[in-house]
Amino acid sequence: MTSIPTEYALYTAAALFALGVTGVLVRRSLIFVLMSLEVMLNATGLAFVAGGSRWGQADGQIMFMLVLTLAAAEVAIGLALLLAVHLRVGTLDGDRLSRLRG
Amino acid sequence: MTLTFIITAAVAIIATGLVITGRNAVHALLYLVVSLLAVAVIFLILGAPFAAALEVIIYAGAIMVLFLFVVMMTESAPIPRAERRPADAWVWIGPGLLTLILLVELVVLLVLGVPGTAGSRAVAPEAVGVRLLGPYLLAVELASMLLLAGVVGAWHLGRPAERADPRPHPPAPAPRQEEARP
Repeated sequence: MTSIPTEYALYTAAALFALGVTGVLVRRSLIFVLMSLEVMLNATGLAFVAGGSRWGQADGQIMFMLVLTLAAAEVAIGLALLLAVHLRVGTLDGDRLSRLRG
Repeated sequence: MTLTFIITAAVAIIATGLVITGRNAVHALLYLVVSLLAVAVIFLILGAPFAAALEVIIYAGAIMVLFLFVVMMTESAPIPRAERRPADAWVWIGPGLLTLILLVELVVLLVLGVPGTAGSRAVAPEAVGVRLLGPYLLAVELASMLLLAGVVGAWHLGRPAERADPRPHPPAPAPRQEEARP
């Protein structure tokens, strides 16, 4: 049974990560920014699993689980912040959250 | 097998592209779920079935439900869009087709035998567990502390305000419904 070249998985991870970065940079809606962050973390996990699969070791999947934990904590805090912003300012537009600008 | 991988990767990239270009948050969430499911199939092809299961359960299950709740709490939609524009009722076709591709691939993989579980590079869940609770025990503890910090932080941020703000905020500007497109 032939296996997948690791490069393919890494290319896919790079493409997904680039898409996530693009989303973070381009979108102004905070919820889309959070979704793009999730895409980036997911691409990181894919790279870890691909690396672990390359050597047949479990470390890649363990790092993926740690990334998953990080993503869960990050999304809890991020969504709570987003709800707080929505309650206080009444919008989710990142461009309007400029009251800290001097 | 490489063909399966390429199709799955294409599904993931297409769905992710539709996520970051989407206008409606719920539709973008649907595509994000498809993207996560595609990555789970990639994990399965790579020989990481445990990671694939975690991806489906935690990412596509728990985290996306959180996102869905927040989207429903923040988006003010007095009239359901599907009732105003009947075309919107067919928006599930795109994610449905992409998921159908993934499902067909999954069935093919299961019928032909998942490569990872038979190949030499597959890592069984047992190996992951033994390694996780052996050399990586400190990392597990750190992850639990991170989750505790996340819980406390989310509780603190989600707490209702106890005191009235002495300086009231200026009236909120009307939220823009759509982003300005060039």
